[in-house]
Amino acid sequence: MFQPSHFTAVLLFALFASTVFGITMRDTPRRMFRYGAYCFVLFVGSVIVLSWVMFLIAR
Amino acid sequence: MPTTPNKPAAGKQSQQGFVYLPLIAGWLVPGAGHFLLGKWIRGALLAVSIVAMFVLGLAMQGKLYTSAQDILDLLGVAGDLGGGLLYFVCRTLGLGSQPVQTTVADYGTKFIVVAGLLNIIAAVDAHNLRTGRKS
Repeated sequence: MFQPSHFTAVLLFALFASTVFGITMRDTPRRMFRYGAYCFVLFVGSVIVLSWVMFLIAR
Repeated sequence: MPTTPNKPAAGKQSQQGFVYLPLIAGWLVPGAGHFLLGKWIRGALLAVSIVAMFVLGLAMQGKLYTSAQDILDLLGVAGDLGGGLLYFVCRTLGLGSQPVQTTVADYGTKFIVVAGLLNIIAAVDAHNLRTGRKS
């Protein structure tokens, strides 16, 4: 059984989803890579920001 | 006023044959639609991403939706069905049939659903490549 930490699960989710988004939403390999990286950063960045927001609300 | 053709010659050529084959193949086997069109690297990346997400979901003891008791279950079934043969094979083998008991298992269930939805996006992308809507 695979038991990743919550953050590892987020990273894996963001990696796979960003790969598919990058390939399917853009036409050229360079633009695919850039859009995939953009989506990955947005996924992970929003998780970190929302985590801090929830941490501060819970205090 | 002179008229111009809507599609170039190459576009017309790409309309020949069964245009839905990449869509159906891509749904049944992740990446197969792109393989049929000779997009080997794109297809391989899509296949690895979707299959890995689906398998990791199962490895996290995620659940495969089998029946719809309410609207959320119905959406889960629809997402899982996007996995194509992966879903049917795993159901036949009895994988993903345990009830969700941990948080990670719930994440696994979402991994499986999202893998199916991503597979649908990939299959539609293969269809767009086939019809010439995307290059």
